[in-house]
Amino acid sequence: MFEWMKIPYALLTLFIVVNYGLLMTALIAKIGARVGRRHGIPIYQNYIDLIKNYGLRSSITHGFMFYLGPVFRLTGGVGLILFVPIIYGSEVFSNFSFAGDLILALYFIFFGTLGMALGAGESGHPYAAIGISRGLSQVTMAELPLAMAVFAVALQYQTLSITDIVAAQQGGILNWTLFTNPFAVAAAMMSFLGSMMRPPFDVVLAPQEIPIGPPTEYHSSYLALMQTNRVIFPIAKIAIFMSLFFGGAASWPVFFLKVFLIYMVSVFVGVVFPRFRVEQSIRWFLIWAVPMGVLGLVWV
Amino acid sequence: MKDELKKRIITGPDGFEFEVDPLNDYYCDAPPKVHPPAYVKIVEDLFNWARSESIWILGFGTGCGAIEMRPLMTPRFDAYRYGVQWRPTPRQSNLFIISGYLSVKTLKRVIRSYEQMQSPKYVIGLGSCTINGGMYWDSYNTIKKLDEYLPVDLYIAGCMPRPEALLKGFEDLKKIIRAGEGEGANIYAKNFDWYKANQKKVIQDWDMPDYNW
Amino acid sequence: MRTLYAELNKRFPLGELTVQREDLGFITVEREHLRALLLHLRDLEGFTHLVLLTAVDWMEEGIFQLTYLLSDRKKRRDLGLRVMIARDGASMETVHDVWPTAATYQRELCEMFGIDFPDSPGVHDPFILEGWTDIPPYRREFDTKKYADETFTHRAGRETNDPAEYMKKQLYPDGA
Repeated sequence: MFEWMKIPYALLTLFIVVNYGLLMTALIAKIGARVGRRHGIPIYQNYIDLIKNYGLRSSITHGFMFYLGPVFRLTGGVGLILFVPIIYGSEVFSNFSFAGDLILALYFIFFGTLGMALGAGESGHPYAAIGISRGLSQVTMAELPLAMAVFAVALQYQTLSITDIVAAQQGGILNWTLFTNPFAVAAAMMSFLGSMMRPPFDVVLAPQEIPIGPPTEYHSSYLALMQTNRVIFPIAKIAIFMSLFFGGAASWPVFFLKVFLIYMVSVFVGVVFPRFRVEQSIRWFLIWAVPMGVLGLVWV
Repeated sequence: MKDELKKRIITGPDGFEFEVDPLNDYYCDAPPKVHPPAYVKIVEDLFNWARSESIWILGFGTGCGAIEMRPLMTPRFDAYRYGVQWRPTPRQSNLFIISGYLSVKTLKRVIRSYEQMQSPKYVIGLGSCTINGGMYWDSYNTIKKLDEYLPVDLYIAGCMPRPEALLKGFEDLKKIIRAGEGEGANIYAKNFDWYKANQKKVIQDWDMPDYNW
Repeated sequence: MRTLYAELNKRFPLGELTVQREDLGFITVEREHLRALLLHLRDLEGFTHLVLLTAVDWMEEGIFQLTYLLSDRKKRRDLGLRVMIARDGASMETVHDVWPTAATYQRELCEMFGIDFPDSPGVHDPFILEGWTDIPPYRREFDTKKYADETFTHRAGRETNDPAEYMKKQLYPDGA
């Protein structure tokens, strides 16, 4: 029987995640600014930007898919959050998780990118088209090691349910997949770098080169939708990574801390390494990440 | 007008002939609408506050003054503290800084970019050249009064004004926006014919639609 | 610079030499010798770089002076070649096949001075002025102030006062 209380609970999860995401991305921008000895944006700047973009008076459209692009993207992020257990062992925050939710999560990670491709393609801007072709090839390539890592984990624990995977990792830090199957985790983290849109894999947006790639034509409410997604989606993705590889989280503070630390991995890599071109990043994934994934599978 | 912009008949690869009119096919030709502040006052005030605290500048340097905007991103001035950010595309920006002298050729691009911005949008004239031509007062190729061609919210005088003056300008612009007086887009829409007549007077080869968002 | 001039003078009939600095000189040449001289300088003397190609309007004499400024990076010297051409129906042979960059300079000269360079690629395309209908603006008979007054609206000036007069009026309103 379906429990109707799950719906408000899931919305509560969403609310917490959105606010956390807004604050965390601002905090990370602030940390980046501090590295450059600036003060950077105020911590609440993302809220203001959102209100402003929703409050703009005019907006234009380039067609039907142009509308749907940001909606698809947001669906990807929200869907990911709704179908993934966020807090392990909590009835309230396990959302709509079910036995095969790992497969659904994998699908949702890719879903937003596809929707964005259709929408941005319809905007007719050449930079959008370039960004899309780069983005799709790069994300597809990054997806391969991730899929391998996920298969390895599923094989290792003999289940497709994220809750069960988290349950198997309880009881000490050494039970985490990070230590029981380091190769799979390495492959997944490489894929994670590739899908975070930070250097060295940010040639899709490439602000100095093709300003700014797929979202070039998006504005006002469309852009606000995409901004909302941009704070939800990474967190949802990191939540999955955390559950699969880093032992999950049993309470919100642990969740916040782990998400922040995993996010910082991509930030650290991003400030150290320059940008890859698409063919370079694809080669990098093929040479380093995919063998890691294979090793991870063999390890199991 | 360039050849590729003229209306012409094209034969497709399958032998089918069709007419191409780039000016009408690629652009929208509807005049801009006046967007009244349609909300109740308190909501509009909230939005105005958000607009004033989140100013996104179009990264388009039209003249030498653009060099004064760059230091604002650096640690010394750090305009990000005040919610000022730069966006690479006109669709997402709210503020257009005309930085210094504006030649007729650039004016054409400026008009196109300005019309692609979403309302409400603001224009700052930076430097003497935008006010009265400045040292280019007798030049054959730079405009003398910016407010003849675009609705200007604020002028920052100087040749060139220092980045501090720009920061002060942003603060003043915030006051204007919060007071609900940053209605440049509506002024532009209301006096559209007047602005277009002025623009066409100086731009000799008008090879774009009258309104091209 | 003078040795180079003497050397060149054996092969080409050259005009006057102006030595600005030890490493910068200008030579006047006839237009029919220009091309051969440019090729000679580029291929044999090491002047591999065309720094700029510009024009001077000598309206009273009725001529344009074209200046081809060449640079020898190895020996660190610059040489300018001056060519005088008639001002009426000004036209010059193109050198874009010697230096491809010349095409851009020639396009600019065509627009700003109205000097035609037949066969130079895209020489009649608008460069900076789009849709210019008046006489080319760098010709000296073009009155830029008059044009600016006619085309653009000027902002009315502020009211100004002579400080001495003004203070006098303020302090002693009845003219005492």
